[in-house]
Amino acid sequence: MLSVTGLHAHYGRAHILSDVALEVGTGEVVVLLGRNGAGKSTTMKAIMGLVRPSAGRVAFLGHEIAGREPFEIARLGLGYVPEERRIFADLSVLENLEVGRRPARDGMRPWTPERLFALFPSLGAMRNRPGGRMSGGEQQMLTIARTLMGNPRLILLDEPSEGLAPVVVERMAEAIRSLKAEGLSILLSEQNLHFAQAVSDRAIIIEKGRIRWQGSMSALLAAEEVREQYLSV
Amino acid sequence: MENLILQALSGLASASSLFLVASGLTVIFGVSRIVNFAHGSFYMLGAYLAWTFVTNLPRGHLGFWGGVLGAALAVGVIGMAVEMLLLRRIYRAPELFQLLATFGVVLIVQDLALLIWGPQDLLGPRAPGLRGSTEVLGLRFPLYELFLIGVGPVVLGLLWLLFYRTRWGTLVRAATQDREMVGALGVNQRMLFTSVFFLGSLLAGLGGALQLPRESVNLHMDLSIIAEAFVVVVVGGLGSLSGAALAALLIGELHAFGILIFPKITLVLVFLVMAVVLVIRPHGLLGRPQEAARGTGMAEPVIRAAPPALKWLGLAALIAAILLPPFAGDYALTVLTDMAVFILFAASLHFIMGPGGMASFGHAAYFGLGAYGAALAVKWLAAPMGLGLALAPLAAGLGGLVFGWFCVRLSGVYSAMLTLAFAQITWSIAFQWVELTGGDNGILGVWPAPWAAGKLTYYYLTLALCLGATLILRRIIHAPFGYALRAQRDSPLRAEAIGMDGFRIRWAGFALAACMAGIAGGLFAYAKGSVFPTYLDIPRSVDALLMVLLGGVQTLSGPIAGAIAFTGLQEQLSRMTDLWRLVLGIVIVLLVLFFPQGLAGAARSAWEARDARPNA
Repeated sequence: MLSVTGLHAHYGRAHILSDVALEVGTGEVVVLLGRNGAGKSTTMKAIMGLVRPSAGRVAFLGHEIAGREPFEIARLGLGYVPEERRIFADLSVLENLEVGRRPARDGMRPWTPERLFALFPSLGAMRNRPGGRMSGGEQQMLTIARTLMGNPRLILLDEPSEGLAPVVVERMAEAIRSLKAEGLSILLSEQNLHFAQAVSDRAIIIEKGRIRWQGSMSALLAAEEVREQYLSV
Repeated sequence: MENLILQALSGLASASSLFLVASGLTVIFGVSRIVNFAHGSFYMLGAYLAWTFVTNLPRGHLGFWGGVLGAALAVGVIGMAVEMLLLRRIYRAPELFQLLATFGVVLIVQDLALLIWGPQDLLGPRAPGLRGSTEVLGLRFPLYELFLIGVGPVVLGLLWLLFYRTRWGTLVRAATQDREMVGALGVNQRMLFTSVFFLGSLLAGLGGALQLPRESVNLHMDLSIIAEAFVVVVVGGLGSLSGAALAALLIGELHAFGILIFPKITLVLVFLVMAVVLVIRPHGLLGRPQEAARGTGMAEPVIRAAPPALKWLGLAALIAAILLPPFAGDYALTVLTDMAVFILFAASLHFIMGPGGMASFGHAAYFGLGAYGAALAVKWLAAPMGLGLALAPLAAGLGGLVFGWFCVRLSGVYSAMLTLAFAQITWSIAFQWVELTGGDNGILGVWPAPWAAGKLTYYYLTLALCLGATLILRRIIHAPFGYALRAQRDSPLRAEAIGMDGFRIRWAGFALAACMAGIAGGLFAYAKGSVFPTYLDIPRSVDALLMVLLGGVQTLSGPIAGAIAFTGLQEQLSRMTDLWRLVLGIVIVLLVLFFPQGLAGAARSAWEARDARPNA
């Protein structure tokens, strides 16, 4: 569904990503693991077109999308949930969802605010509250819900557990599992191995802008030296 | 009492017109973060086009209301075209570049309007059905003014519905906060921005067209309305519609009553209100702090020593500037003297903008304060040249201290607008306080002392003082104070955390630059023998900006090269063609589009690219 090969990205003269390659299959949840500054967010931004890749190919559903505008990429069915959440603070919950709304896609049940409130019940209780006056966990749910309003086929989920209370992280994991059950593909980035383990099929480890290891979640759990080398703090 | 009611009512009518223009400006700013100088030109075009549509179409005409709406729509389309051809390409450029680019459009529109409609004032017809007057509280009041009073609230209501009750409005409000995120959610920002420009320009055009029955249409409408619209938008809070409405009301009434109380200083009053509001509420009455625009921050390059070849070139130019003038004619000497003056003027502005990282859109104020400081000393104290030249930097430096105290506590667009406001205040004083300054007639007879009266001697004097002052500025940039200035520019929080007082550093830098501009202004006054209010008007500030940006902000040689290039260019242009504004406007636009680093910056990049190739 999503296939990245030989992806490079720079910020000014700093070489942030080198030769990143990864695949996400239909209905699969893949986690990109790595420490702070390893290049997880940049990988996602480069896929989404928010950072212009300096080289490499990104294929999504058969379209070559590297170098295209973010809005075109989004319209093809690639959703992006940023790490910083980037809620529209002055807009209400319903208005935030409205900004994300795109037409339904063939063979998919379209997302509506009501369906999303079933998935994230706490949002339903605050439809008219401005985004700026919500807690971090509520904002995290809203930013995911907003992206889902675009009826994406795959979403890039950048560190959804960051800065959330353990109870909220639990709920987030449940929500992600139910999205997977709907058939949505997800590329997740995480530092929290525990959370990643609860939701992902496969893991990819990135460090200093390079992919270091790939394999199934269970293989990663068995490979203690890999975790030791790339993930322990 | 009756007089007061009438005055209040006509204040409401002006407020309404002002709101139409300001709402368009604020809507455009909210989304694009561009302060559109050309908005006043759109207003003027609205008035001219309405005049043509209503009175002067080749085959019959549209009738008053058809003409007004037609003009508004046409201006909306023109605004769209400007956005698509120019502004779209510079959304990521620094604010002053954007301001400058839109000022290029102002110049182009001015000359085009002159070509199409001619220099004379045009009188429009009165509105059918609203010709007479009516009784309000027992007083006669023109019907059309009453109609205008109604237009403001109606437009505000319609805009509110548009922004809060339609999907388009929701998208626009979202883009105001985070345009990149809106794009990542699948919204085509380009279309959104273009449509916002259409709406904003349409409002300006409508505002202009509706003036047709009230006042004559002329070529000065653009700058006079834009200064007021800026004030309204900044006082209300950039991007806030209700703020614009509130501020329009405030400014409209202030004008109406200011004329009764202080007929001479209404302009000063308006700008003073703005300064006070901004000091108390730095983001305007109803504005909120802007979040730093995402994805636009680029670190300023470090100022490096000039490459050796450039140093030799500079030395050669200096030797030529010293050895050749004795063989030059009077005209050449005049141009050379101007160049020396403008080199210092540009270098002083560069000091604020480059190392200081502050925006100044009113640097002419300090140039003018220097010139007037010297001239007033000559006129009222019969001061000799030495004293006049000493007073020039003093007057300008004092102005810099006072105005700087307000300006340097704000940042970005607000700071630029405040510098503009102070420049306008000084201009109004020079223009309106006729007893002291001679008003429009200026002050004549500011001649150099006998020993310096020869053009050649005066040239050498100017060269020595200006180059000396420029070298001092250069020295300061490389001294600890210069480091501190750049530190607070690049990382204000970290600079404060290691014990620097950012406010004081910026304040001192601002005042110093004002001082230097004052020296340039004083020398200029004696070179011309006279001073006029044009020494401190908006176009003069723009000249300085152009010199700096032409040369490039991040090189020290930039402003020097820019001043020489600009003075030469303007001299040639004004001799060759009457349409120099048009040509200058086009040059500005092309410059911003193709040489965002300036000439010196572009030359340096090309140089370095050539040098780097063998190693790569």
